[in-house]
Amino acid sequence: MATEQATETAIFPKTEELAPRRFPLDGTAFVRWVVLIVTTVVALFPMYWLFANAFTPILATPPLTPIIIPAFRLDNFERLLVNNKFYLNWMVNSLVVAFAVTAFHAVFDTLAGYAFAKKRFPGRNLFFVLILSTLMIPIHVTFIPLYIINRQLGLIDSLWALILPGTAWVFGIFLMRQYIQTLPSELEDAARIDGCSEFGVFRHVIFPLSRPAIAALAIFTFVRSWNDFLWPVIALNKPQNYTLTVGVANLQGEFMTDWGIIFSGAALAALPMIVFFLFFQKYFLEGVRMGALKG
Amino acid sequence: MTRVRTFLKKYGWSYLFILPSLATFALFTLVPVVWSFIISFQKYSLVRGGTWVTPIYANYAQAFTMLNGIFVASIRNTLLYTVFTVTANIFLGLILASLIQPLSHRLRTFFRAAYYLPAVTSALIIGLTWAYIFNAQWGFATYLTRALGLPPVRWLSDPDIALWSITLSAVLTIPATAIVLYSAAMGSIPQEYYEAAELDGASPIQRWWSITVPLLKSTTLYLVVLYTIASFEVFERIYVMVPSGVGNSTQTIVTQIYANGFKEFDFGIASAQAFVLFAMIAAIAVAQFRALRSDVEY
Repeated sequence: MATEQATETAIFPKTEELAPRRFPLDGTAFVRWVVLIVTTVVALFPMYWLFANAFTPILATPPLTPIIIPAFRLDNFERLLVNNKFYLNWMVNSLVVAFAVTAFHAVFDTLAGYAFAKKRFPGRNLFFVLILSTLMIPIHVTFIPLYIINRQLGLIDSLWALILPGTAWVFGIFLMRQYIQTLPSELEDAARIDGCSEFGVFRHVIFPLSRPAIAALAIFTFVRSWNDFLWPVIALNKPQNYTLTVGVANLQGEFMTDWGIIFSGAALAALPMIVFFLFFQKYFLEGVRMGALKG
Repeated sequence: MTRVRTFLKKYGWSYLFILPSLATFALFTLVPVVWSFIISFQKYSLVRGGTWVTPIYANYAQAFTMLNGIFVASIRNTLLYTVFTVTANIFLGLILASLIQPLSHRLRTFFRAAYYLPAVTSALIIGLTWAYIFNAQWGFATYLTRALGLPPVRWLSDPDIALWSITLSAVLTIPATAIVLYSAAMGSIPQEYYEAAELDGASPIQRWWSITVPLLKSTTLYLVVLYTIASFEVFERIYVMVPSGVGNSTQTIVTQIYANGFKEFDFGIASAQAFVLFAMIAAIAVAQFRALRSDVEY
Protein backbone atom coordinates (compact mmCIF):
# COMPACT_ATOMS: atom_id res chain seq x y z
CA MET A 1 0.00 0.00 0.00
CA ALA A 2 2.79 2.36 0.88
CA THR A 3 4.52 1.98 -2.48
CA GLU A 4 1.21 2.32 -4.28
CA GLN A 5 0.63 5.62 -2.55
CA ALA A 6 4.17 6.71 -3.31
CA THR A 7 3.82 6.10 -7.04
CA GLU A 8 0.43 7.72 -7.15
CA THR A 9 1.68 10.93 -5.57
CA ALA A 10 5.21 11.01 -6.90
CA ILE A 11 4.54 13.53 -9.63
CA PHE A 12 2.34 16.03 -7.94
CA PRO A 13 1.81 17.13 -4.36
CA LYS A 14 0.00 14.58 -2.29
CA THR A 15 -3.77 14.87 -2.37
CA GLU A 16 -5.01 11.34 -2.52
CA GLU A 17 -5.33 9.88 0.95
CA LEU A 18 -6.05 6.43 2.19
CA ALA A 19 -9.74 5.79 2.68
CA PRO A 20 -10.60 7.09 6.11
CA ARG A 21 -11.57 4.18 8.29
CA ARG A 22 -14.45 6.09 9.70
CA PHE A 23 -15.88 7.59 6.55
CA PRO A 24 -19.67 7.71 6.92
CA LEU A 25 -21.84 5.26 4.94
CA ASP A 26 -19.11 2.66 5.24
CA GLY A 27 -21.28 -0.41 5.83
CA THR A 28 -21.18 -2.88 2.96
CA ALA A 29 -24.79 -2.16 2.21
CA PHE A 30 -26.54 -3.86 -0.67
CA VAL A 31 -27.73 -0.48 -1.92
CA ARG A 32 -24.17 0.75 -2.40
CA TRP A 33 -23.33 -2.03 -4.83
CA VAL A 34 -26.59 -1.69 -6.73
CA VAL A 35 -25.97 2.04 -7.23
CA LEU A 36 -22.31 1.59 -8.17
CA ILE A 37 -22.99 -1.21 -10.64
CA VAL A 38 -25.99 0.48 -12.26
CA THR A 39 -24.12 3.77 -12.71
CA THR A 40 -21.06 1.98 -14.10
CA VAL A 41 -23.26 0.27 -16.68
CA VAL A 42 -24.93 3.58 -17.53
CA ALA A 43 -21.53 5.26 -17.87
CA LEU A 44 -20.07 2.63 -20.15
CA PHE A 45 -23.10 1.49 -22.12
CA PRO A 46 -23.21 4.11 -24.94
CA MET A 47 -19.55 3.55 -25.80
CA TYR A 48 -19.92 -0.23 -25.41
CA TRP A 49 -22.93 -0.26 -27.71
CA LEU A 50 -21.02 1.69 -30.35
CA PHE A 51 -18.24 -0.92 -30.25
CA ALA A 52 -20.72 -3.85 -30.20
CA ASN A 53 -22.28 -2.48 -33.40
CA ALA A 54 -18.93 -1.71 -34.98
CA PHE A 55 -17.70 -5.28 -34.47
CA THR A 56 -20.87 -6.88 -35.88
CA PRO A 57 -21.33 -6.95 -39.67
CA ILE A 58 -24.03 -4.42 -40.55
CA LEU A 59 -24.54 -3.68 -44.24
CA ALA A 60 -27.45 -1.28 -44.04
CA THR A 61 -29.69 -0.42 -41.07
CA PRO A 62 -28.91 -1.97 -37.68
CA PRO A 63 -31.40 -4.60 -36.46
CA LEU A 64 -34.42 -3.38 -34.47
CA THR A 65 -33.46 -5.66 -31.60
CA PRO A 66 -30.23 -4.06 -30.40
CA ILE A 67 -26.95 -5.92 -30.75
CA ILE A 68 -25.67 -6.50 -27.23
CA ILE A 69 -23.13 -9.24 -27.86
CA PRO A 70 -20.85 -8.33 -30.77
CA ALA A 71 -19.87 -10.88 -33.43
CA PHE A 72 -16.20 -9.88 -33.10
CA ARG A 73 -15.84 -9.49 -36.86
CA LEU A 74 -13.93 -6.76 -38.67
CA ASP A 75 -16.12 -6.55 -41.81
CA ASN A 76 -17.28 -2.99 -41.08
CA PHE A 77 -13.73 -1.78 -40.53
CA GLU A 78 -12.62 -3.34 -43.84
CA ARG A 79 -15.44 -1.59 -45.73
CA LEU A 80 -14.66 1.68 -43.93
CA LEU A 81 -11.04 1.65 -45.05
CA VAL A 82 -11.88 0.48 -48.60
CA ASN A 83 -14.83 2.79 -49.27
CA ASN A 84 -13.57 5.86 -47.46
CA LYS A 85 -10.36 6.85 -49.16
CA PHE A 86 -9.69 9.65 -46.67
CA TYR A 87 -10.03 7.89 -43.32
CA LEU A 88 -6.30 7.27 -42.99
CA ASN A 89 -5.61 10.89 -44.05
CA TRP A 90 -7.82 12.07 -41.19
CA MET A 91 -5.98 9.91 -38.72
CA VAL A 92 -2.60 11.17 -39.97
CA ASN A 93 -3.84 14.79 -39.86
CA SER A 94 -5.02 14.39 -36.27
CA LEU A 95 -1.69 12.82 -35.34
CA VAL A 96 0.37 15.54 -37.04
CA VAL A 97 -1.57 18.34 -35.34
CA ALA A 98 -1.53 16.64 -31.93
CA PHE A 99 2.22 15.90 -32.11
CA ALA A 100 3.12 19.41 -33.28
CA VAL A 101 1.05 21.12 -30.60
CA THR A 102 2.32 18.74 -27.93
CA ALA A 103 5.97 19.26 -28.89
CA PHE A 104 5.53 23.04 -28.75
CA HIS A 105 3.99 22.94 -25.29
CA ALA A 106 6.48 20.42 -23.91
CA VAL A 107 9.40 22.72 -24.76
CA PHE A 108 8.08 26.26 -24.56
CA ASP A 109 5.72 25.90 -21.60
CA THR A 110 8.62 24.44 -19.65
CA LEU A 111 10.84 27.37 -20.64
CA ALA A 112 8.20 29.93 -19.71
CA GLY A 113 7.24 28.02 -16.57
CA TYR A 114 10.90 28.03 -15.52
CA ALA A 115 11.22 31.79 -16.04
CA PHE A 116 8.01 32.48 -14.10
CA ALA A 117 8.99 30.08 -11.30
CA LYS A 118 12.64 30.90 -10.70
CA LYS A 119 13.61 34.17 -12.36
CA ARG A 120 13.07 37.74 -11.24
CA PHE A 121 12.52 40.24 -14.02
CA PRO A 122 10.48 43.41 -14.52
CA GLY A 123 6.93 42.67 -15.68
CA ARG A 124 6.98 39.08 -14.44
CA ASN A 125 3.83 39.33 -12.36
CA LEU A 126 2.05 41.43 -14.94
CA PHE A 127 2.65 38.90 -17.70
CA PHE A 128 1.68 36.00 -15.48
CA VAL A 129 -1.57 37.57 -14.32
CA LEU A 130 -2.37 38.57 -17.90
CA ILE A 131 -1.91 34.98 -19.04
CA LEU A 132 -3.94 33.50 -16.19
CA SER A 133 -6.79 35.97 -16.54
CA THR A 134 -7.56 34.69 -20.03
CA LEU A 135 -8.17 31.13 -18.82
CA MET A 136 -11.76 32.11 -18.10
CA ILE A 137 -12.51 33.57 -21.52
CA PRO A 138 -14.65 31.27 -23.68
CA ILE A 139 -12.57 30.20 -26.65
CA HIS A 140 -15.52 30.93 -28.95
CA VAL A 141 -14.76 34.64 -28.62
CA THR A 142 -11.52 34.13 -30.56
CA PHE A 143 -12.86 32.11 -33.50
CA ILE A 144 -13.92 34.95 -35.79
CA PRO A 145 -10.63 36.92 -35.65
CA LEU A 146 -8.72 33.64 -35.86
CA TYR A 147 -10.65 32.80 -39.02
CA ILE A 148 -9.89 36.22 -40.51
CA ILE A 149 -6.18 36.00 -39.60
CA ASN A 150 -5.83 32.48 -40.98
CA ARG A 151 -7.62 33.45 -44.18
CA GLN A 152 -5.38 36.42 -44.73
CA LEU A 153 -2.34 34.22 -44.19
CA GLY A 154 -3.79 31.65 -46.60
CA LEU A 155 -3.79 28.99 -43.88
CA ILE A 156 -7.49 28.07 -43.88
CA ASP A 157 -7.87 24.44 -44.94
CA SER A 158 -4.30 23.64 -43.91
CA LEU A 159 -3.12 21.98 -40.70
CA TRP A 160 -1.28 25.19 -39.75
CA ALA A 161 -4.67 26.73 -39.02
CA LEU A 162 -5.02 24.18 -36.21
CA ILE A 163 -1.40 23.98 -35.05
CA LEU A 164 -0.76 27.71 -34.60
CA PRO A 165 -3.79 28.53 -32.42
CA GLY A 166 -3.17 25.24 -30.61
CA THR A 167 0.08 26.66 -29.27
CA ALA A 168 -1.77 29.41 -27.40
CA TRP A 169 -3.17 27.21 -24.61
CA VAL A 170 -1.74 28.74 -21.43
CA PHE A 171 -2.62 26.07 -18.90
CA GLY A 172 0.72 24.35 -19.47
CA ILE A 173 2.68 27.44 -18.43
CA PHE A 174 0.76 27.52 -15.18
CA LEU A 175 1.28 23.79 -14.62
CA MET A 176 5.02 23.91 -15.30
CA ARG A 177 5.50 26.96 -13.09
CA GLN A 178 3.80 25.19 -10.19
CA TYR A 179 6.01 22.15 -10.67
CA ILE A 180 9.33 23.92 -11.20
CA GLN A 181 8.75 26.04 -8.09
CA THR A 182 9.10 22.86 -6.05
CA LEU A 183 12.57 22.07 -7.46
CA PRO A 184 15.51 23.06 -5.23
CA SER A 185 17.48 26.07 -6.54
CA GLU A 186 20.83 24.65 -5.33
CA LEU A 187 21.09 22.44 -8.42
CA GLU A 188 20.82 25.43 -10.75
CA ASP A 189 23.43 27.34 -8.76
CA ALA A 190 25.78 24.36 -8.86
CA ALA A 191 25.39 24.13 -12.63
CA ARG A 192 26.12 27.85 -12.97
CA ILE A 193 29.26 27.52 -10.87
CA ASP A 194 30.31 24.66 -13.17
CA GLY A 195 30.11 27.12 -16.06
CA CYS A 196 26.68 26.37 -17.54
CA SER A 197 25.06 29.19 -19.51
CA GLU A 198 21.49 30.15 -18.60
CA PHE A 199 20.19 27.98 -21.42
CA GLY A 200 22.55 25.22 -20.29
CA VAL A 201 20.99 25.32 -16.83
CA PHE A 202 17.59 24.87 -18.43
CA ARG A 203 18.73 22.07 -20.73
CA HIS A 204 20.82 20.09 -18.30
CA VAL A 205 19.07 20.73 -14.99
CA ILE A 206 15.51 22.03 -15.25
CA PHE A 207 14.30 20.10 -18.29
CA PRO A 208 15.46 16.65 -17.09
CA LEU A 209 14.14 17.28 -13.58
CA SER A 210 10.76 18.36 -14.96
CA ARG A 211 10.21 15.18 -16.93
CA PRO A 212 7.30 13.82 -14.86
CA ALA A 213 5.36 17.08 -15.19
CA ILE A 214 6.25 17.36 -18.88
CA ALA A 215 4.94 13.83 -19.44
CA ALA A 216 1.65 14.80 -17.81
CA LEU A 217 1.44 18.02 -19.78
CA ALA A 218 2.18 16.17 -23.03
CA ILE A 219 -0.62 13.69 -22.37
CA PHE A 220 -3.20 16.39 -21.59
CA THR A 221 -2.18 18.43 -24.62
CA PHE A 222 -2.30 15.46 -26.95
CA VAL A 223 -5.78 14.43 -25.79
CA ARG A 224 -7.13 17.95 -26.04
CA SER A 225 -5.83 18.35 -29.55
CA TRP A 226 -6.99 14.92 -30.71
CA ASN A 227 -10.52 15.51 -29.38
CA ASP A 228 -10.90 19.10 -30.58
CA PHE A 229 -13.82 19.67 -32.92
CA LEU A 230 -15.37 23.12 -33.21
CA TRP A 231 -12.34 25.08 -34.44
CA PRO A 232 -11.27 22.29 -36.86
CA VAL A 233 -14.78 22.14 -38.34
CA ILE A 234 -14.55 25.90 -38.97
CA ALA A 235 -10.99 25.93 -40.30
CA LEU A 236 -11.08 22.87 -42.59
CA ASN A 237 -13.17 22.56 -45.76
CA LYS A 238 -11.86 19.85 -48.06
CA PRO A 239 -12.49 16.24 -46.97
CA GLN A 240 -8.84 15.22 -47.43
CA ASN A 241 -7.80 17.90 -44.92
CA TYR A 242 -10.21 16.93 -42.13
CA THR A 243 -9.02 15.74 -38.77
CA LEU A 244 -10.58 12.58 -37.38
CA THR A 245 -13.34 14.27 -35.37
CA VAL A 246 -14.45 16.39 -38.33
CA GLY A 247 -14.32 13.42 -40.68
CA VAL A 248 -16.29 11.18 -38.34
CA ALA A 249 -18.95 13.86 -37.90
CA ASN A 250 -19.38 13.87 -41.68
CA LEU A 251 -19.50 10.09 -42.20
CA GLN A 252 -23.25 10.02 -41.74
CA GLY A 253 -23.78 12.47 -44.58
CA GLU A 254 -21.60 10.40 -46.87
CA PHE A 255 -22.61 6.82 -46.06
CA MET A 256 -26.23 7.51 -45.22
CA THR A 257 -27.44 3.94 -45.40
CA ASP A 258 -24.30 1.98 -44.54
CA TRP A 259 -24.38 2.13 -40.76
CA GLY A 260 -21.64 -0.47 -40.44
CA ILE A 261 -19.18 2.01 -41.91
CA ILE A 262 -20.44 4.85 -39.73
CA PHE A 263 -20.16 2.81 -36.50
CA SER A 264 -16.72 1.48 -37.31
CA GLY A 265 -15.51 4.98 -38.24
CA ALA A 266 -16.64 6.40 -34.90
CA ALA A 267 -15.30 3.43 -32.94
CA LEU A 268 -11.90 3.58 -34.61
CA ALA A 269 -11.65 7.30 -33.82
CA ALA A 270 -12.42 6.66 -30.14
CA LEU A 271 -10.13 3.64 -29.78
CA PRO A 272 -6.70 5.36 -29.58
CA MET A 273 -7.74 7.57 -26.66
CA ILE A 274 -9.32 4.64 -24.82
CA VAL A 275 -6.12 2.59 -25.17
CA PHE A 276 -4.09 5.66 -24.22
CA PHE A 277 -6.24 6.08 -21.11
CA LEU A 278 -5.82 2.46 -20.04
CA PHE A 279 -2.04 2.93 -20.16
CA PHE A 280 -1.79 6.40 -18.61
CA GLN A 281 -4.83 6.39 -16.30
CA LYS A 282 -2.96 8.03 -13.44
CA TYR A 283 -2.02 11.04 -15.57
CA PHE A 284 -5.57 11.45 -16.85
CA LEU A 285 -7.10 11.47 -13.38
CA GLU A 286 -4.37 13.87 -12.24
CA GLY A 287 -5.24 16.08 -15.21
CA VAL A 288 -8.88 16.11 -14.19
CA ARG A 289 -7.91 17.05 -10.67
CA MET A 290 -5.84 19.98 -11.86
CA GLY A 291 -8.43 21.25 -14.31
CA ALA A 292 -6.54 20.42 -17.49
CA LEU A 293 -9.13 17.87 -18.61
CA LYS A 294 -12.88 17.86 -18.33
CA GLY A 295 -15.41 15.10 -18.10
CA MET B 1 24.00 52.12 -23.87
CA THR B 2 25.78 50.29 -21.10
CA ARG B 3 22.61 50.47 -19.10
CA VAL B 4 20.71 48.64 -21.84
CA ARG B 5 23.48 46.07 -22.00
CA THR B 6 23.42 45.48 -18.23
CA PHE B 7 19.65 45.18 -18.35
CA LEU B 8 19.80 42.64 -21.17
CA LYS B 9 22.58 40.72 -19.49
CA LYS B 10 20.57 40.50 -16.31
CA TYR B 11 17.10 39.84 -17.72
CA GLY B 12 17.62 38.93 -21.39
CA TRP B 13 17.43 35.18 -20.84
CA SER B 14 14.20 35.47 -18.86
CA TYR B 15 12.50 37.43 -21.60
CA LEU B 16 13.85 35.02 -24.20
CA PHE B 17 12.43 32.09 -22.22
CA ILE B 18 8.91 33.51 -22.06
CA LEU B 19 8.99 34.99 -25.56
CA PRO B 20 7.67 32.03 -27.63
CA SER B 21 4.76 31.35 -25.26
CA LEU B 22 3.97 35.01 -24.87
CA ALA B 23 4.07 35.58 -28.63
CA THR B 24 1.66 32.78 -29.50
CA PHE B 25 -0.53 33.80 -26.60
CA ALA B 26 -0.64 37.41 -27.78
CA LEU B 27 -1.18 36.49 -31.41
CA PHE B 28 -3.77 33.74 -31.03
CA THR B 29 -5.59 34.72 -27.83
CA LEU B 30 -5.11 38.33 -26.80
CA VAL B 31 -5.35 39.97 -30.22
CA PRO B 32 -8.37 37.86 -31.25
CA VAL B 33 -10.25 38.67 -28.02
CA VAL B 34 -9.75 42.42 -28.41
CA TRP B 35 -10.42 42.32 -32.14
CA SER B 36 -13.57 40.26 -31.65
CA PHE B 37 -14.84 42.89 -29.21
CA ILE B 38 -14.26 45.55 -31.89
CA ILE B 39 -16.00 43.45 -34.55
CA SER B 40 -19.01 43.11 -32.26
CA PHE B 41 -19.63 46.82 -33.01
CA GLN B 42 -18.94 46.48 -36.72
CA LYS B 43 -20.32 45.14 -39.93
CA TYR B 44 -17.42 43.00 -41.13
CA SER B 45 -16.76 41.86 -44.67
CA LEU B 46 -13.85 39.58 -45.54
CA VAL B 47 -13.22 41.71 -48.61
CA ARG B 48 -13.76 45.24 -47.34
CA GLY B 49 -12.95 44.87 -43.64
CA GLY B 50 -15.01 46.38 -40.83
CA THR B 51 -17.24 49.45 -40.72
CA TRP B 52 -18.87 50.74 -37.53
CA VAL B 53 -22.59 50.13 -37.18
CA THR B 54 -25.04 52.81 -36.06
CA PRO B 55 -26.19 52.95 -33.38
CA ILE B 56 -23.01 51.46 -31.96
CA TYR B 57 -24.91 48.68 -30.14
CA ALA B 58 -26.85 47.68 -33.28
CA ASN B 59 -25.32 44.18 -33.49
CA TYR B 60 -26.27 43.43 -29.90
CA ALA B 61 -29.80 44.73 -30.44
CA GLN B 62 -30.15 42.78 -33.65
CA ALA B 63 -28.71 39.63 -32.09
CA PHE B 64 -31.59 39.61 -29.61
CA THR B 65 -34.40 40.53 -32.01
CA MET B 66 -33.55 38.80 -35.28
CA LEU B 67 -35.52 35.79 -36.56
CA ASN B 68 -38.28 36.07 -33.95
CA GLY B 69 -35.86 36.11 -31.05
CA ILE B 70 -34.09 32.85 -31.82
CA PHE B 71 -31.14 33.98 -29.68
CA VAL B 72 -33.38 34.56 -26.67
CA ALA B 73 -34.74 31.05 -27.21
CA SER B 74 -31.16 29.72 -27.36
CA ILE B 75 -30.25 31.42 -24.11
CA ARG B 76 -33.37 29.94 -22.53
CA ASN B 77 -32.49 26.48 -23.88
CA THR B 78 -28.91 26.81 -22.70
CA LEU B 79 -30.04 27.82 -19.21
CA LEU B 80 -32.56 24.96 -18.98
CA TYR B 81 -29.91 22.48 -20.12
CA THR B 82 -27.44 23.97 -17.64
CA VAL B 83 -29.72 23.90 -14.60
CA PHE B 84 -30.61 20.23 -15.04
CA THR B 85 -27.16 19.07 -16.09
CA VAL B 86 -25.27 20.89 -13.34
CA THR B 87 -27.70 19.82 -10.61
CA ALA B 88 -27.52 16.20 -11.73
CA ASN B 89 -23.73 16.28 -12.09
CA ILE B 90 -23.17 17.65 -8.60
CA PHE B 91 -25.69 15.31 -7.02
CA LEU B 92 -24.38 12.21 -8.83
CA GLY B 93 -20.76 13.19 -8.28
CA LEU B 94 -21.27 13.67 -4.54
CA ILE B 95 -23.24 10.44 -4.08
CA LEU B 96 -20.91 8.28 -6.17
CA ALA B 97 -17.72 9.71 -4.65
CA SER B 98 -19.18 9.07 -1.17
CA LEU B 99 -20.10 5.52 -2.09
CA ILE B 100 -16.66 4.61 -3.40
CA GLN B 101 -14.77 6.40 -0.61
CA PRO B 102 -14.84 3.56 1.97
CA LEU B 103 -13.83 0.95 -0.62
CA SER B 104 -10.30 -0.37 -0.96
CA HIS B 105 -7.78 1.65 -2.95
CA ARG B 106 -7.95 -0.84 -5.81
CA LEU B 107 -11.76 -0.69 -6.08
CA ARG B 108 -11.82 3.09 -5.88
CA THR B 109 -9.33 3.29 -8.72
CA PHE B 110 -11.43 0.83 -10.72
CA PHE B 111 -14.66 2.79 -10.36
CA ARG B 112 -13.06 6.16 -11.03
CA ALA B 113 -11.49 4.75 -14.19
CA ALA B 114 -14.78 3.18 -15.31
CA TYR B 115 -16.66 6.44 -14.80
CA TYR B 116 -13.94 8.42 -16.52
CA LEU B 117 -13.39 6.12 -19.50
CA PRO B 118 -16.15 7.56 -21.74
CA ALA B 119 -14.88 11.09 -21.14
CA VAL B 120 -11.47 10.44 -22.72
CA THR B 121 -13.10 10.28 -26.13
CA SER B 122 -14.13 13.55 -27.70
CA ALA B 123 -17.41 15.25 -26.86
CA LEU B 124 -18.23 14.69 -30.51
CA ILE B 125 -18.09 10.90 -30.26
CA ILE B 126 -19.97 10.89 -26.95
CA GLY B 127 -22.63 12.92 -28.76
CA LEU B 128 -22.67 10.41 -31.62
CA THR B 129 -23.19 7.45 -29.28
CA TRP B 130 -26.22 9.24 -27.82
CA ALA B 131 -27.52 10.08 -31.28
CA TYR B 132 -27.46 6.33 -31.98
CA ILE B 133 -29.20 5.50 -28.72
CA PHE B 134 -32.00 7.95 -29.59
CA ASN B 135 -32.29 6.87 -33.25
CA ALA B 136 -36.01 6.83 -34.09
CA GLN B 137 -35.84 3.46 -35.83
CA TRP B 138 -33.22 1.22 -34.23
CA GLY B 139 -31.97 3.27 -31.25
CA PHE B 140 -31.67 1.57 -27.88
CA ALA B 141 -34.03 4.06 -26.22
CA THR B 142 -36.56 3.48 -28.99
CA TYR B 143 -36.21 -0.27 -28.46
CA LEU B 144 -36.82 0.16 -24.72
CA THR B 145 -40.06 2.12 -25.18
CA ARG B 146 -41.24 -0.48 -27.70
CA ALA B 147 -40.30 -3.39 -25.40
CA LEU B 148 -42.20 -1.75 -22.52
CA GLY B 149 -45.26 -1.34 -24.76
CA LEU B 150 -45.14 2.47 -24.57
CA PRO B 151 -46.18 4.67 -27.49
CA PRO B 152 -43.21 5.66 -29.69
CA VAL B 153 -41.31 8.76 -28.55
CA ARG B 154 -39.80 11.03 -31.20
CA TRP B 155 -36.69 11.56 -29.08
CA LEU B 156 -34.81 13.92 -31.36
CA SER B 157 -37.49 15.21 -33.75
CA ASP B 158 -40.31 16.34 -31.47
CA PRO B 159 -39.73 20.05 -30.63
CA ASP B 160 -41.20 19.49 -27.15
CA ILE B 161 -38.90 16.56 -26.40
CA ALA B 162 -35.60 17.01 -28.27
CA LEU B 163 -34.00 19.38 -25.76
CA TRP B 164 -34.95 17.03 -22.92
CA SER B 165 -33.43 14.04 -24.72
CA ILE B 166 -30.20 16.00 -25.14
CA THR B 167 -30.30 17.04 -21.48
CA LEU B 168 -30.96 13.43 -20.45
CA SER B 169 -27.91 12.32 -22.41
CA ALA B 170 -25.81 14.86 -20.48
CA VAL B 171 -27.32 13.87 -17.14
CA LEU B 172 -26.56 10.19 -17.80
CA THR B 173 -22.95 10.96 -18.75
CA ILE B 174 -21.47 10.25 -15.32
CA PRO B 175 -19.59 13.37 -14.05
CA ALA B 176 -16.06 11.98 -13.77
CA THR B 177 -14.47 15.30 -12.79
CA ALA B 178 -16.83 15.68 -9.85
CA ILE B 179 -16.08 12.15 -8.65
CA VAL B 180 -12.32 12.65 -8.87
CA LEU B 181 -12.36 16.04 -7.12
CA TYR B 182 -14.84 15.01 -4.41
CA SER B 183 -12.81 11.87 -3.78
CA ALA B 184 -9.65 13.90 -3.28
CA ALA B 185 -11.40 16.40 -1.00
CA MET B 186 -13.07 13.68 1.11
CA GLY B 187 -9.69 12.08 1.67
CA SER B 188 -8.42 15.20 3.41
CA ILE B 189 -11.23 15.58 5.96
CA PRO B 190 -9.71 14.92 9.42
CA GLN B 191 -10.64 11.58 10.99
CA GLU B 192 -11.31 13.13 14.39
CA TYR B 193 -14.43 14.89 13.14
CA TYR B 194 -16.07 11.56 12.38
CA GLU B 195 -14.83 9.98 15.60
CA ALA B 196 -16.26 12.82 17.67
CA ALA B 197 -19.61 12.64 15.90
CA GLU B 198 -19.67 8.89 16.36
CA LEU B 199 -19.13 9.28 20.09
CA ASP B 200 -22.03 11.73 20.13
CA GLY B 201 -24.16 8.95 18.67
CA ALA B 202 -24.70 10.41 15.18
CA SER B 203 -25.91 7.91 12.58
CA PRO B 204 -23.79 7.35 9.43
CA ILE B 205 -26.19 9.39 7.31
CA GLN B 206 -26.21 12.20 9.89
CA ARG B 207 -22.40 12.18 9.95
CA TRP B 208 -22.27 12.32 6.16
CA TRP B 209 -24.84 15.10 5.91
CA SER B 210 -23.54 17.29 8.70
CA ILE B 211 -19.77 16.75 8.39
CA THR B 212 -18.82 15.54 4.91
CA VAL B 213 -21.21 17.61 2.81
CA PRO B 214 -20.55 21.00 4.50
CA LEU B 215 -16.78 20.49 4.42
CA LEU B 216 -16.92 19.88 0.68
CA LYS B 217 -18.41 23.31 0.10
CA SER B 218 -15.45 24.84 -1.72
CA THR B 219 -15.14 21.78 -4.00
CA THR B 220 -18.86 21.95 -4.69
CA LEU B 221 -18.60 25.61 -5.56
CA TYR B 222 -15.68 25.00 -7.91
CA LEU B 223 -17.55 22.16 -9.61
CA VAL B 224 -20.72 24.22 -9.99
CA VAL B 225 -18.71 26.89 -11.78
CA LEU B 226 -16.82 24.37 -13.89
CA TYR B 227 -19.96 22.51 -15.00
CA THR B 228 -21.95 25.70 -15.48
CA ILE B 229 -19.33 27.10 -17.85
CA ALA B 230 -19.08 23.77 -19.70
CA SER B 231 -22.88 23.64 -20.07
CA PHE B 232 -23.07 27.25 -21.25
CA GLU B 233 -20.66 26.20 -24.00
CA VAL B 234 -22.52 23.02 -25.06
CA PHE B 235 -22.11 22.43 -28.77
CA GLU B 236 -20.83 19.07 -30.07
CA ARG B 237 -23.62 17.05 -28.49
CA ILE B 238 -26.23 19.22 -30.20
CA TYR B 239 -24.34 19.42 -33.49
CA VAL B 240 -24.47 15.64 -33.91
CA MET B 241 -27.74 14.75 -32.17
CA VAL B 242 -29.89 17.29 -34.02
CA PRO B 243 -27.72 18.37 -37.00
CA SER B 244 -30.22 20.78 -38.49
CA GLY B 245 -31.94 21.70 -35.24
CA VAL B 246 -35.57 21.12 -34.31
CA GLY B 247 -36.93 24.59 -35.02
CA ASN B 248 -35.79 26.92 -32.27
CA SER B 249 -36.13 24.26 -29.60
CA THR B 250 -32.57 22.92 -29.70
CA GLN B 251 -30.59 26.05 -30.50
CA THR B 252 -28.03 27.01 -27.86
CA ILE B 253 -25.72 30.02 -27.53
CA VAL B 254 -22.75 28.36 -29.21
CA THR B 255 -24.81 26.79 -32.02
CA GLN B 256 -26.07 30.33 -32.73
CA ILE B 257 -22.54 31.78 -32.71
CA TYR B 258 -21.47 29.02 -35.09
CA ALA B 259 -24.48 29.46 -37.39
CA ASN B 260 -24.23 33.27 -37.58
CA GLY B 261 -20.45 33.31 -37.83
CA PHE B 262 -19.71 30.44 -40.15
CA LYS B 263 -22.94 29.64 -41.99
CA GLU B 264 -24.22 33.20 -42.53
CA PHE B 265 -20.77 34.82 -42.23
CA ASP B 266 -22.30 37.65 -40.23
CA PHE B 267 -19.23 38.24 -38.06
CA GLY B 268 -20.66 41.29 -36.26
CA ILE B 269 -23.68 39.43 -34.90
CA ALA B 270 -21.68 36.31 -34.06
CA SER B 271 -19.08 38.37 -32.15
CA ALA B 272 -21.80 40.20 -30.23
CA GLN B 273 -23.31 36.83 -29.27
CA ALA B 274 -19.90 35.50 -28.24
CA PHE B 275 -19.50 38.45 -25.89
CA VAL B 276 -22.94 37.81 -24.41
CA LEU B 277 -21.62 34.32 -23.58
CA PHE B 278 -18.44 35.87 -22.19
CA ALA B 279 -20.49 38.19 -19.96
CA MET B 280 -22.56 35.26 -18.66
CA ILE B 281 -19.43 33.29 -17.82
CA ALA B 282 -17.77 36.32 -16.20
CA ALA B 283 -20.84 36.80 -14.01
CA ILE B 284 -20.58 33.19 -12.82
CA ALA B 285 -16.86 33.61 -12.11
CA VAL B 286 -17.44 36.78 -10.09
CA ALA B 287 -20.18 35.05 -8.11
CA GLN B 288 -17.74 32.22 -7.38
CA PHE B 289 -15.09 34.65 -6.22
CA ARG B 290 -17.52 36.33 -3.83
CA ALA B 291 -18.76 33.04 -2.44
CA LEU B 292 -15.21 31.79 -1.94
CA ARG B 293 -14.31 34.82 0.18
CA SER B 294 -16.74 33.64 2.84
CA ASP B 295 -15.43 30.10 2.73
CA VAL B 296 -14.86 27.68 5.58
CA GLU B 297 -11.36 26.57 6.45
CA TYR B 298 -10.61 23.23 8.00
